[in-house]
Amino acid sequence: MWEYTDKVQQHFLNPHNVGELEKPSGTGDVGSLACGDALKLTIKVDDNEIITDAKFKTFGCASAIASSSVLTEIVKGMTIDEAAKLTNEDIAGALGGLPKEKMHCSVMGREALEAAIADYRGVILPMAEGEVVCECFGVTDLEIIRAIKESELRSVEEITNFTKAGGGCGKCEDRLREILQQTVEGLAADKIKPHKDKRMTTLQKIKKIEDVLEREIKPTLKKDGGDIELVDVDGDFVTVSLRGACSGCQSSQTTLKEYVEKKLREQVIDTLIVEEDK
Amino acid sequence: MNCDSDKIIYMDNNATTRIAPEVIDAMMPFLNDCYGNPSSMHTFGGQVGRALKEARAKIADLLGADPDEIVFTSCGTESDSTAILSALQTFPEQRHVVTTRVEHPAVKNLCESLTQLTGHKHRITRLMVEADGTLDLDSYQEALTEDTAIISVMWANNETGVIFPVEEMAAMAKERGILFHTDAVQAVGKIPINMKDNQIGFLSLSGHKLHAPKGVGVLYVRKGTPFVPFLNGGHQENGRRGGTENVASIVALGRACRLVGDKMEEENTRVRRLRDKLEKGLLTSIPKSMLNGHPTDRLPNTTNVSFEYVEGEAILLHMNQYDICASSGSACTSGSLEPSHVLRAMGVPFTAAHGSIRFSLSIYNTEDEVDFVLEKMPAIIANLREMSPFWKDNE
Repeated sequence: MWEYTDKVQQHFLNPHNVGELEKPSGTGDVGSLACGDALKLTIKVDDNEIITDAKFKTFGCASAIASSSVLTEIVKGMTIDEAAKLTNEDIAGALGGLPKEKMHCSVMGREALEAAIADYRGVILPMAEGEVVCECFGVTDLEIIRAIKESELRSVEEITNFTKAGGGCGKCEDRLREILQQTVEGLAADKIKPHKDKRMTTLQKIKKIEDVLEREIKPTLKKDGGDIELVDVDGDFVTVSLRGACSGCQSSQTTLKEYVEKKLREQVIDTLIVEEDK
Repeated sequence: MNCDSDKIIYMDNNATTRIAPEVIDAMMPFLNDCYGNPSSMHTFGGQVGRALKEARAKIADLLGADPDEIVFTSCGTESDSTAILSALQTFPEQRHVVTTRVEHPAVKNLCESLTQLTGHKHRITRLMVEADGTLDLDSYQEALTEDTAIISVMWANNETGVIFPVEEMAAMAKERGILFHTDAVQAVGKIPINMKDNQIGFLSLSGHKLHAPKGVGVLYVRKGTPFVPFLNGGHQENGRRGGTENVASIVALGRACRLVGDKMEEENTRVRRLRDKLEKGLLTSIPKSMLNGHPTDRLPNTTNVSFEYVEGEAILLHMNQYDICASSGSACTSGSLEPSHVLRAMGVPFTAAHGSIRFSLSIYNTEDEVDFVLEKMPAIIANLREMSPFWKDNE
């Protein structure tokens, strides 16, 4: 059994601000069912950029629910700028601490808040970019580097406790050690590729994506009896539909991520995320 | 320390069981004045040796075994390790092990670290299970090779209670001359077992799963089975396991085996009915709930139910508010970040695996307790679903 503080227990058993705001100023949606925890945070911001209300819906364990509940209490009354500076340590601290294996619950709270603020400001979060290091939980190197810096993590185990990276199959352990070493040595910043110019209109983007699909991707897939169609482009999200032998192919997800997404990132914008239309 | 166990509704008997009062009575003298060493020459120790012998006979009796086939160990895990490592040392040239994807960590993690332990590279076949948690005997037959040193398949699964046809599997192994081990920690005492009717070479059992104390186990070793000890030392257990015997716990285990033997019918009638009532009640009163595991090929005391779109640890802690004890296969309770390997092997969707709760009953549960649990569970699940971002689309 986990050793939870009284504060965690109170917020878990009687959570505050459960629900979803109508017409929120910003929404932050993080986590997933597969990962075992998810949080949808909605905030209301007034003309003076003060957060006047916040509500949450959480799927997860006691510490995930408690972190969400206390987060909504903390941010109410804060300005957007103040809220943007909130760290996961602040959330854990407000609960009187969390077991170290549960720190990722406070990180999820901070991520949801950031996503909600980004949504309010109409900007795209940089964290979704970067290279996915932990495939089990979809954690990118940027998220890991940030956690290492912010919470002064010094072991792979701590990285797992805070970000969940490495907590599944464990295949990325070596990579995590590498990132840890680079970050600690202050080398990480040099290793991250500079992003290409992102200022492109949506029309330009779609045109470029279609071009790469026609010129390179389609011919390759057709060799194996497959095909691909562009369905939609929304921000960095590229929705495609797999046809022919690709549909129902067990390794189609790998093709999508390892080949299609990689090609598009190389040749269009390196922040694109390719998803299948289902 | 006072644990207030009287107010507890204990439905976590696959984790551990209460020590039966008559078992405590039987073991107490050996914690008090009967403290002799059973190996000693004097009468003071010798009488303790006699108590050991009686306990051994009672355990053999429950299993339909010969007393010489009983080797006392410290726990189920030690029994499992002893059996598997013994076989690998007996057949050092054979480098193949057959097991399943749903074994208890005692076998699963041992198999994963065999190379480290033996210095040889072993090939491990982990048999898949069906969606209902049962094994496919055809793929088992195909997995057996000339190179197979040992097969280790649990008799009943600790998480779902699903029973495997180990007797049939052991017969198939015997035909090929391959040693067969079964981790029967969950099965012994819950379903009838008679070792005279099968060809299983090694069987592990654990005291604390059948109302004896923690810290005592047994490895059954069929007569004529080649055996290499795990713990070398004194001549105890006929040289098969060194170390002074845990006398009080062994005496307790003997008494407990007699008890569960006497209660076998009750376990398979009254306890089964309570389990069925609980299971049916949960599945009918709570929408989007499902049973994990085969509906009938199952231990009489176990039910594993998933409540979709909510997380197991949160459910357990709400149950804890009502002093109801159970377990979950969710990631948050397993210490790792992934849900139970058993449920994943069965292909239980993530929406359900994270919200799985295992109730495991015993002869000490009552109908009132089942009614109480059935009264409280729907509101606990509904309350958590209210909070879940995934629920609204599925109402």
